[in-house]
Amino acid sequence: MAEMLVIDTHQRIAKARRRDLLFAGLGLVVLFLATAVLLTLILDLVVTGAPHIDWDFLTNYPSRRASRAGILPAWVGTSLVMLVTAALAIPIGIAAGLYLEEYAPRSWVTDVIEINITNLAGVPSIIYGLLALGVFVYLFRLGETILVAGMVLALLVLPVIIVATREALRSIPQEVREAAFALGADKWQTVSMYLLPAARPGILTGIIAALARAIGETAPLITIGALTFIAFLPPSPITSEPPFLSFDWLWSPFTVLPIQMFNWTSRPQAAFHELAAAAGVVLLVMTLAMNGLAIYIRYRTRRLMR
Amino acid sequence: MATSLQRASPASSYGIQPSPGFLARRRLVDRLVRSLLFAAASLSVLVTLAIVYVLVSESLLFFRHVGLVEFLTDTQWTPLFANPRYGILPLLAGTVTVSVIALLVAIPAGTVLAIYLSEYADNRLREVVKPLLETLAGVPTVVFGYFALLFVTPLLRRVIPGLAGFNMLSPGLVMGVMILPYIVSLSEDAMRAVPDGLREGACALGYTRLQTATRVVLPAALSGVTAAYLLGMARAVGETMVVAIAAGQNPDFTFNPLEGAATITTYIVQVSLGDVAYGTIAYQSIFAAGLTLFLLTLAFNILGFFLRRRFRQAY
Amino acid sequence: MMFGANALAETTPPAADTGTAQATEVPRKATVEELSFWYGHKQVLFAISMPIAEGCVTALIGPSGCGKSTFLRCFNRMHDLYPGNRYGGRIILEPEGIDIISSRTDPMVPRLRIGMVFQKPNPFPKSIYENVAAGLRIRGVRSRAVLDGQVEKSLRRAALWEEVKDRLHASAYTLSGGQQQRLCIARALAPEPELLLLDEPTSALDPIATAHIEELIDELSARYTILVVTHNMQQAARISRFTAFFHLGRVIEFGPTEQVFTRPRESMTQDYITGRFG
Repeated sequence: MAEMLVIDTHQRIAKARRRDLLFAGLGLVVLFLATAVLLTLILDLVVTGAPHIDWDFLTNYPSRRASRAGILPAWVGTSLVMLVTAALAIPIGIAAGLYLEEYAPRSWVTDVIEINITNLAGVPSIIYGLLALGVFVYLFRLGETILVAGMVLALLVLPVIIVATREALRSIPQEVREAAFALGADKWQTVSMYLLPAARPGILTGIIAALARAIGETAPLITIGALTFIAFLPPSPITSEPPFLSFDWLWSPFTVLPIQMFNWTSRPQAAFHELAAAAGVVLLVMTLAMNGLAIYIRYRTRRLMR
Repeated sequence: MATSLQRASPASSYGIQPSPGFLARRRLVDRLVRSLLFAAASLSVLVTLAIVYVLVSESLLFFRHVGLVEFLTDTQWTPLFANPRYGILPLLAGTVTVSVIALLVAIPAGTVLAIYLSEYADNRLREVVKPLLETLAGVPTVVFGYFALLFVTPLLRRVIPGLAGFNMLSPGLVMGVMILPYIVSLSEDAMRAVPDGLREGACALGYTRLQTATRVVLPAALSGVTAAYLLGMARAVGETMVVAIAAGQNPDFTFNPLEGAATITTYIVQVSLGDVAYGTIAYQSIFAAGLTLFLLTLAFNILGFFLRRRFRQAY
Repeated sequence: MMFGANALAETTPPAADTGTAQATEVPRKATVEELSFWYGHKQVLFAISMPIAEGCVTALIGPSGCGKSTFLRCFNRMHDLYPGNRYGGRIILEPEGIDIISSRTDPMVPRLRIGMVFQKPNPFPKSIYENVAAGLRIRGVRSRAVLDGQVEKSLRRAALWEEVKDRLHASAYTLSGGQQQRLCIARALAPEPELLLLDEPTSALDPIATAHIEELIDELSARYTILVVTHNMQQAARISRFTAFFHLGRVIEFGPTEQVFTRPRESMTQDYITGRFG
């Protein structure tokens, strides 16, 4: 009788071990599949699109003739919009993160703010587009411009910078604050002379990640009226006469790289699909490079901290 | 109220003190900075209020022309036709179908991967997988849309003869891969938060890693993992470009993944691409659709938030 | 227990030849009057009164958790950093007679006149020079000449100058533990404080570094008023002129070190010193 029990247990254990190994295999398979999809995507894009990337492609306007079409207004538009996004999101995001982490008392006001930020991080990007459309474009009469585009993307990526700032500040040991305090530093001196400099790498990582995300955003910009076919460039920020700086470009209609890609993908002709792939490669290179940079900075600072 | 500023005490011959002017300036700066920082932080509240305001006000205008009942029950959505119909069900059907397909991919794969990373994988493997998932999460959605329409759909059409050029299956699958990183990272966080003591107890009982994972860790991390699913759902429902490119924009009321359809998000895009004047019903309709979407994702996010709070409190 | 003016009277034992006892009165830097402290609802200091002698080292000894560090941190209002704390009583700082812990006193005032060195060396993640200059920059000193001069002076006073003068701009983290602590001492000295608070300054260091720091404290006591919290009774006996013995938030005994250690008045003091508990 006992022998049968022992054999039964052995079988049970063997079966459990087999299942265990099978699951490990399954995990690797899923991992492999995910990697395969990513690689296929990148490869497909590069193989189809890379041959089309030449100087003409980067400096031409879009055209009805696929052979003549380029992404000039698209990447110029992306750059200008990113300028506005960064100019808005970086100071506001760092300021908000700083307030919540170092200044905010424990009160219901602070709770409300924190709940709001968490909530906003989960709102679909197209809703931000609707917000910008109703409020910025029409209510504030700012029009379908680069300025509004920068504003809506800044709002969208604000939570990323806020969270990164907070994490960076949180990782600074309390002893630094105590030492500064004991030396007679007030709050702002402690923050500006000791905390922010120490938090710089973490904040930088957050900024890069935020901008990488903003570059790829399409839906909110379509909603606020970005053009999908554009045959001109926004006015240049740098002028040839004093004061050498112009802000006219903020009020200009525009397009951006992902919208250009969207437009070409939606055309029936295969030639445009290849151009879309090319635009996609440019886009991918930009976002992956930025994400890679952020990962690298994070890796470097973690080694330094040791 | 501060006492008068203290200079170095007359009795002592030393003491480097700031000048009274310096201290006064510092106080001013401190107060100014505090107000600026508070303003920046409270911007988030303003944004939420603005979103609610814009969605509700335009929707109210919309509902003056269209009855709420018709909106919620009509099975045709044709606002741009001569004889417009305003039933949101087709859009909801499209949203739900694509999201369900995405979740059918992302939830099982994501959970398996999360368990594998948290219970099986060593640090070296995790160092490789984490950047991989981050890369996946960093690919712009237009690129995924391109991939769905011009690679996945032709591929699937070879296997499934009845597949339309614009269909819901292809974007659904691609979206599944797209939200995979979110589900993996959130579930894995939840699982790693489970104290090792529980794992050690299971190990002492003779459990295999799989048994520990499924019988001990997963149940303990359940609220966190469910929160991950809910947040993934919210992400899927709110996604726009993949569906806009690959699913077509035809608002037929259908749950058939082999056909194309419109979702709430693609409808908004469609209208925005056209010439829709401010103040028209068509303009207001996108806000009504947006309000529906907002409420949907809000519900998921709130549920997810409370579940995550529960799992954090448990430890 | 109130320690009156006589507490600081120091009696030298009658010399064999002179046959007269001499009492010398030591001036005060501060007076603690009925000081109490609560962490939230929990009271940890109970109506402590004692004088702080000027220009000497006063040691605070006692078993762990008896409130020595808490007491120390009241002097520069470190507790204000964390919410929910409450002070009671007064700490009077001479010669103006301001009450450090009064809610009417700007907390900056004591902190700009009092320096602190912590148990674990905590230099800023900056260069050696910038660490020492920190207190001066905070006070608005901009002149390069003044900064250079004070940095050198403080590093010399902390017995660190010779070791770091060639690498003032290297990161503070390149120094050893003992050197970092001396750096923190230099940092605290640079703004020329009137009172120095040392919170177990050697407990995180090895014996050799500890010996250096004790020597340093001895030298510093000629010019500064110093309050030292220490776990180490031998250390207290070596370096201090007055000693206060703490137990469970109260000062059980205060007096000249020599007297507290050889002829303690309280039996609890005796027990602690002889190692019966703590």
